Formats: sequence, C-alpha cells, structure tokens
Amino acid sequence: MIDFDRVTFTYPGAPHPTLHDVDLHIPEGELCVVVGRTGSGKSTLLRAVNGLVPHFTGGLLAGRVSVAGRDTRTHPPRELADVVGLVGQDPAAGFVTDAVEDELAYAMESLGIAPAVMRRRVEDTLDLLGLVELRDRPLGTLSGGQQQRVAIGSVLTAHPAVLVLDEPTSALDPPAAEEVLAALQRLVHDLGMTVLLAEHRLERVVQYADRVVHVPGDGALLEVDTPARVMAAAPVFPPVVGLGRLAGWDPLPLSVRDARRAAGSLRDRLTDRAPVRPRTTPPGGVVAEVRGLAVTYGPIVALRSVDLRLHHGEVVALMGRNGSGKSTLLAALVGLLKPSGGRVTVGGRAPYGRPAKEVVREVGLVPQEPGDLLYAETAAAECAQADTDTGAPAGTTAAIFGRLAPGIGGGTHPRDLSEGQRLCLALAVIMSAAPPLLLLDEPTRGLDYTAKARLVEILRGLAAGGGAVLLATHDVELVAEVAARTVVLAEGEVVSDGPTGDVVTHSPGFAPQVSKVLAPQRWLTVDEVAKALAG
Amino acid sequence: MHPVPRHLHPGAWWLWAVGLATAASRTTNPVLLLLIAAVAGYMVAARRTNSPSSRAYVVFLRLGLVVIAIRVVLAGLFGAALPGHTLLTLPQVALPDWAPGVRIGGPITLESVAAAGYQGLRLAVMLCCIGAANALASPARLLRCVPGALYEVGVAVVVAMTFAPQVIATVSRVRAARRLRGRPNRGLRGIRGVAMPVLEGALERSLEVAASMDSRGYGRSGGLPQSTRWLTAAATLAGLLGVAAGSYGLLDSGTPGLLGLPAVALGVLLATAGLALGSRRTARTRYRPDRWLPPELLVVACGMAIAATFIAIGGTAALQPSVSPLQAPGLPLLASAGLLAALLPSWLSPSVPGLQR
Repeated sequence: MIDFDRVTFTYPGAPHPTLHDVDLHIPEGELCVVVGRTGSGKSTLLRAVNGLVPHFTGGLLAGRVSVAGRDTRTHPPRELADVVGLVGQDPAAGFVTDAVEDELAYAMESLGIAPAVMRRRVEDTLDLLGLVELRDRPLGTLSGGQQQRVAIGSVLTAHPAVLVLDEPTSALDPPAAEEVLAALQRLVHDLGMTVLLAEHRLERVVQYADRVVHVPGDGALLEVDTPARVMAAAPVFPPVVGLGRLAGWDPLPLSVRDARRAAGSLRDRLTDRAPVRPRTTPPGGVVAEVRGLAVTYGPIVALRSVDLRLHHGEVVALMGRNGSGKSTLLAALVGLLKPSGGRVTVGGRAPYGRPAKEVVREVGLVPQEPGDLLYAETAAAECAQADTDTGAPAGTTAAIFGRLAPGIGGGTHPRDLSEGQRLCLALAVIMSAAPPLLLLDEPTRGLDYTAKARLVEILRGLAAGGGAVLLATHDVELVAEVAARTVVLAEGEVVSDGPTGDVVTHSPGFAPQVSKVLAPQRWLTVDEVAKALAG
Repeated sequence: MHPVPRHLHPGAWWLWAVGLATAASRTTNPVLLLLIAAVAGYMVAARRTNSPSSRAYVVFLRLGLVVIAIRVVLAGLFGAALPGHTLLTLPQVALPDWAPGVRIGGPITLESVAAAGYQGLRLAVMLCCIGAANALASPARLLRCVPGALYEVGVAVVVAMTFAPQVIATVSRVRAARRLRGRPNRGLRGIRGVAMPVLEGALERSLEVAASMDSRGYGRSGGLPQSTRWLTAAATLAGLLGVAAGSYGLLDSGTPGLLGLPAVALGVLLATAGLALGSRRTARTRYRPDRWLPPELLVVACGMAIAATFIAIGGTAALQPSVSPLQAPGLPLLASAGLLAALLPSWLSPSVPGLQR
C-alpha cells in the first residue's frame, strides 16, 4: 500500500539528508509504528507519504514514494486526499472550520462526495469516535483529547485507505489515549485500513503494532521488523519491555497481559522485598500553600475548592484528565490568575498583583509550550537576556543551560533545538532567578525516553538541593520515576493526595505498567525492581 | 404557528437585517430609530444561536453608543451652531478670514446637539442591524452558502475569520510568558516584545493550516477549463460591482431612484449567471446545505416590508423631524405598521434547536 523505493531526502540548505536510502513497503491492513529519537526524521517520513514532503516543504527527494499506486512525484497532497489521511502533531493547528460537524465534512466537500453519503459518513464517524455529544460545539471549546478525536475523524470521513498519524496520543490523558487507540484498532480490524503512526509513548502503542519501523537517525538505515525483535535491541523501549529484558523473558512481552503471564516467578522472587522510596513529607518547610482556592472563567468553574501544601525538597505530580484544572492551578500559583475565592501564598505572600520581577524569584513556571518563553535569535542571546531580566550575574543562565543540556552551540536558533533541548533552555531561563518553587506543565510532550531520563535527573537534583517541584503531567511512567507524592484533580477538586505508590496503583487508568504487571505487589518502576533484585 | 425548530437559512436573516438597516438609513426620527433597534434586539433575544458570534449584537450596540458620543462631541466643538436655545458657551478660537464657515468652540445650542444626536443615532442603529445579523446567523454560516464556483474563496475567508480569535489567544499566551520571565508588558518595549512572537506564531499557524488544507484536498482540480473560469470570474465581478452601486443608490436617499433598484437587479442577474456557469461543472459538494423554504421567504418579506414602508413615506417631516425649531418627533402610522411587520418573524420563523432558555 505504501512503498518507499530507495528514498533519500534533504531539506533545503541542510548539509545531510534527513532520510537516507529508505526502503519501506507496508502492505494493506497493517498497523505500523514508527519509533526513534526526537529529531531522527520520523515526521519527515510520515509527511513524505502524502507528498507534503517535498511538495510543501521544498527540498530534494530522490527515489520513489507511492501510495496505492500513485506516485507522489506526479500527485501533490491534494490529489492524494482520497487515499491518505494525515493528522499532524498539533490537531488544533490544522483545523480549517470552526465547528465539529463542518470540520468532519470539510475533506468530503473538497472531494465532491454526494450530500447523502456525506451525511451518513459524518454520523458514522461521530459514533465511531464517540463525538456525538460534541457535534454542534465550536472547535475552540474542546479539550485536547476531543480535538485529537475530531482531527482523526476529519480525515476518516474521506475513507482514505491509509491513515498517517504523528504522535496521536502525546497530549492526551491515559483514558483519552486509550479511547483514541481503541478507535484506531477498530479501523484496522473492521475496515482494513493501513495505519502508520509515530509515537514516543511506546508503552501505549507498541502492543497494537504489526510491525515497528525504527528510525535511527544519523543517516543509518531503517530497521523494520516485528515489535518483539525491534524492542529487544532498540535504544527506546517501554517499561514492560525493560522489565522483560531485566528478567530475561523470551519471547519479550509487549503488553501488560503477556508480561503478567510470564511474571509469576519474578513475583515470587520479589515477595519479601520492598521498594526503597523517599519519605513522602520531607523535613523542609512549606514553600507554597493553597487554601480553598476557587477560579472561575465566566460561568465555568475551573477550580472549586483546592487545598494544597508544597514543601522544600519534594517533587509532587499533579494528575487528572484533560480540562480538570491542572493548568489553572499552576497559573494561580504564579499569579497569572486572580483567585475568585480562597488564598494562594507563595513564599508567604499572594503572587497575584505583585510585580513580575519579584514573583519570578519566588516561583517559576515552564508552560506547556516551552517555546513561548523564548524569543531571541540565538540560545546565547536568550541566556544573556534572562540574566538581565532577573538581575542575575552575567553567565548564570548560560551555565545552567550548559549543565542541563551540554554541548549545544550558543549560536543555535531556539526553533532549531529539539523539543528536549528547548525545554532545557526554557528551564534554564526560569531557573536563572533561582525560584525555590518550580512548576512544570506537561514537560514530556514530544520528549523521547532519553530526554525524559535527563529530565528525571534534573528534577531529582533540584529536589535534593531543597527546591520544590510541582509537575502537571499525563505521563504515569514519569510520575512513577520522579514524584514521591501525587495529587489527582477532577472537576476542579482534589480527589486524592498521597504517596505516589498508593495513589497511582489505586486506579487502573493511572497505574504504570510495572505496577500492573507485578500487582498486587507495589512496584512502580523497572529501576526499583532492578535494585531490589540486586540488593 | 409552531414549526419544527431548525436553523433558518442565514441568507434570510441577513436580508431581513438589510431591510431593517435600509429603513434606519431613511430616517432621523429618534422614536423610529430606537424602535428599530428594539426590534433587532428582540429578534436577537428570541432567535440567536449558540455560536461564538451570537454575542455580536451587544458589541455592535456598544460601538453605536461610541459613534453617537463622537458625533455629538465633534458637532459641539466644530459644527456651525443652529440658532436656538444656548446650553453653554465655550471659549471660541478666532480664525482668519480665509477660513469662513469653520468654527472652533463658541456657543452650543440644544438644536445642534439634537441634530448631531439624531444623525449619530441613525448610524448607531444601522450598526445594531449588522450586529443582529451576525448574532442571528454567523457570517461563517453565510459564507457556507456561497455557490460552488466561489467555494475556495469562501473557505479562504472562513480561515481568515478564525484567525482573529487565534491571534487574541496568542497575545494573551505571549503576555503570560513575558510575565513568567519577569519582563514588562507595558510601554513601547513591551508592545514590541509581544508583537514579534505573535506575528511569528501567526505565520506558523498559517503554514500549518495551509498544509492541512492541502492534504485534505483544498484546490483539487475541479475539471473546469480555463475559458469557463475566466468567464465566470468576469461575470461575477461585474455583477457584484452592480450590486454594490445599486445598494448605494438604495441606501442614499439623495441619489435618483434610477440608480437603485435597476442596478441591483442587473447586478444580481449578472452575478447569478456567472456563478451558475461556474458551479455547473465543479466537483465540490455541500454538507447539509441550508435550505430555502417558505419561512425563509416570509422572514425576507418582513424585512422588505419595513424597508418599503420607510421608502414610501419618503423625505417627509415624519421621518426627518425638524430640529430648528426643535419639535417633538411623531410616530407615523405607516412606519409603525412596517415596524410591526419586521417584528413578525419572531412568531413566524422556526425557533432555534437545542437551546434551553
């Protein structure tokens, strides 16, 4: 169905090709997962399928890409719209209309499909993706998960033979991600659709894959094989594979279910051992306190009555479904929002209404899109600007950045940095004011396992130095690694607050893979298990 | 009459509002003008949708108040005072002889304030009518009704309209980010610091949307030969120019009637021919097109009725009450009938589905 014949692609002005001698043949009805580190060329590979690369991006493509027998050399993306549906990384950025139903119908209108057929397909798609209640809603009012499902629906209605998705679940909470993946699963099984998708969160998708394409980057050849074989050697792998490698299971399990069936002996070996974890409430004093906080946007209540205390030296995870009020709580903690009720105190004073220059010394927030914080032409200029902004001695920010992400030239434009590097630069900018409380909103969006491991180290270092970190995230595996305490929000209220081990193992949606495999024992990460086995 | 709730064809609401605006343009009688605004407001309250543009009426109403204020202040400062009751006297600036008829300051009379107020009110009420049209049927829905030949243009305008709210969202995000870095948001440097990232963000979004539209089939060759496309474009453009000239004639009571209706009719004919020619062979279709049924015709007729009564009364004292000497404005019977006719759609038109009030 999708054929790459000896494809080499170089972006205009780039010294090296991004795709090098790619030979890839994906038969009809296969679900194929593309894995690889950030910046290895996954998105380029996906966008070459419908011809956006090179028709839209420019650059030089040698070799042949064809889909359903149509060569992308002679067919620009619009002439492939009836065979390839492409969903980009940020679904909201690709919306053309302003209401759910119109968005679903848009591609069909362009293809000239008969009105009666259009109507039926829109209804089918609304059912398939669970969007019925949202059909009349303006797109701007949808949550991230809903937007993602609308974006998938908007290409599905054209009944393409091939569906290409770039990180479809990276912005979604675990239940919403499962919903989207279940819908994809149904498309592959019931409609025989060919699906090609890139994803960093392998723990979510690898079990559904028929084959895995590993893009190593650096001009090396693609590895294409069954998931088990690729996972045995790949540098990026989900926790369940890590556990399998540790225990030496063969065949390597890819799903929690397979792993549980193999895990009997491992559970026996672990029975009288317990994970070593830091104490929940470290001896440090209170950094910030939230009492009865309520925030409303017009008639919408974002936070109802939230109580929370953050102490020196702890990393706290803030979880909850999309739209549960996590970002609002963070915004209130840095004084971006005026509380409608209750009190927020950071460093003993309310942050709202104080001059920005004072607040940044008490609390720093890295927003969901770290790029928002960066405007300078080069990383070095960004660091210098941060020094002047916060009044730190010259070179402070550059030194922090060098520690967080070593070996990056100061002349690099912030937009040319990878997601992980950009996050490090934004972190360095915020940390230059040395705030005792650091807030992070969804820091792992777009990060691969290597960048995530680096982030875990950084956060642990901060906590060890007496700082407090509050981390809003959907990434249960990251929470298991780094946070001793977890707070779960729902409908603007705190529904649980306690040690991570207790909170996440209680709900199946939020439990990390290792804890699911080894339940009822309470292990959270592969590291914990490895240490217990060694010790 | 209780028809099944449904969305009325947006064109019907817009034509109804155009009728109302035409009536408003024909009079300076404050009683009639306020009644027209009230009719528009009542219809918005009864039939507005739940789309974001449904708040447009209030926005346009506020804009209208600003217009009245500006008109009155300017007339007081610079306008030639009508003789009559002096309210207060401002110090007058003496101007040289070569500027006769220009005045700064001086006495302000009740009569000149009233004249300026009436004219400001007329403009404000016309703005209200546009606001009502926006609230009753969003412009995006109106654009969905463009004929197939103009499909691509319509989509481009819809995308452009979603752009403004996006920019506002980006501005607030960038301002928040600046605060997080401890930078000033005010002053010249603040504005420059916000403008650059906002522009960059807007450009990036445009590229994203373009890529998305391209991969979803925007601009597929519809199989139209070049000559047909040219002919379509020429006829449509000429037609639209005719409509524009004709509308000017209709709205401006000083223009001879010859330029009004006939020009509109000719323009509509030309544009329709051009679009029909183009649409006949395009391979685009419409999802759930709005249909044109009897209630739509009734609503349009009601809008036309009020316009017709006001045009029929003509430039009499009833529509243009005297301000010098100042007289109490009357309420002409025929105009009242027109107003009542314009109010009829609140019973005749089907109610909006899915709204709980």
